[in-house]
Amino acid sequence: MKKETINVLSEHRKQISELWVKILLENETLREDFMTNEDLRVQSEELVYAMIDAFKKGNFKNLETEEYEEVLELITSLSMSRAKQGYSPRETGLYVLSLKQAFIQFLQENKKHDLASLFEEVLSLNQMIDSLSIITFDTYIKGREEVILRQTNEIEEISTPVIRVWEGIVALPIIGTLDSARTQIVMENLLNEIVQTGSSIAILDISGVPAVDSLVAQHLIKTVSATRLMGAECIISGIRPEIAQTIVHLGIDLSDIYTKASLASALRFAFQKLKMQVVKTATN
Amino acid sequence: MDRIPILKLGKYLLVTIQVDLYDRLALTLETDLISMVKKNEARGVLIDISAVGIVDSFMGRILGNIAQMSKIMDAETVVVGMQPAVAITLVELGLTLKGVHTALDVDKGMLLLNKRTDNNREAGIDD
Repeated sequence: MKKETINVLSEHRKQISELWVKILLENETLREDFMTNEDLRVQSEELVYAMIDAFKKGNFKNLETEEYEEVLELITSLSMSRAKQGYSPRETGLYVLSLKQAFIQFLQENKKHDLASLFEEVLSLNQMIDSLSIITFDTYIKGREEVILRQTNEIEEISTPVIRVWEGIVALPIIGTLDSARTQIVMENLLNEIVQTGSSIAILDISGVPAVDSLVAQHLIKTVSATRLMGAECIISGIRPEIAQTIVHLGIDLSDIYTKASLASALRFAFQKLKMQVVKTATN
Repeated sequence: MDRIPILKLGKYLLVTIQVDLYDRLALTLETDLISMVKKNEARGVLIDISAVGIVDSFMGRILGNIAQMSKIMDAETVVVGMQPAVAITLVELGLTLKGVHTALDVDKGMLLLNKRTDNNREAGIDD
């Protein structure tokens, strides 16, 4: 990019950033619920200024240098926060790409008479902002992945509570899909709780499991076998009709395992096993 | 050579394993236990493995063998106090110890033995 062009850009930087904001505001996908127009204006102005300052240092090829440190910092924090706020990839991408439009529109006005030079400047600008948008996307996806990772951890923490339902009876409601890693956690928690409470009956409630395939069934059977080895009895409850259907269609043999349709009937069965009875008191 | 003590408790035999079972020891235990069953005409065998933290497929097989042999000689076997880690290992190894009865602790194991030997009597299997 030529020095005079950069000077022109620098002189009119206010105008360019206003042009950009105008383009952004015209866009239908603008999310006013996430950010006020004033915030958007301040943010965009900051980015345009930082970019033009970086242009002045004369490097248009490589973004990974210290000349662009400030720009990169702005753009990463911007796309990271957008990812966490819930902006869509399209909105985030459009934000950066529309900066190109603003620059080009401005240059078009400014260099009407010198088409060859206009073409050259647009070309280098193009390259520049394309790499900028790639970086934006990279960070945006990183931000999203952070969100997913946090949620996965949270689910893991909250999803395996062992409940002591009665003296000698523990229950573990499983919510979500059972994979190998979760089965391990579920099994360990359940067995430890059995040892700690000295319970002889464990109820595994799978009403929160969306689907049972042969792998999940195998995990369930493993858990039941481990409980048996410890000397406790394991009842699987909460088997929905669809799940019963799949289990039979897949040819999985659950005949060695106590299965009940609901937690209530599992509890009743557990009481029977422990030779206990629930009695209604006489009303007076 | 080390031996694991086998205690006679009425009509039952009580074995508490408090050291890690190496193969030789396990084999000795198997032989000793079976001859004790014969000598005392024991009705049940109670094996407490609550102090065992490590288990391999060999030990799993020995436990299964003891149960089967005792069964042939008309004694029930109950394994009690298995640690969670041991149970998980055995399941992962594919050993579910069919034919072995399990209980949480010695107390519950005794109750189970009593119940099972009573059942056999009622059914007229022996005596």
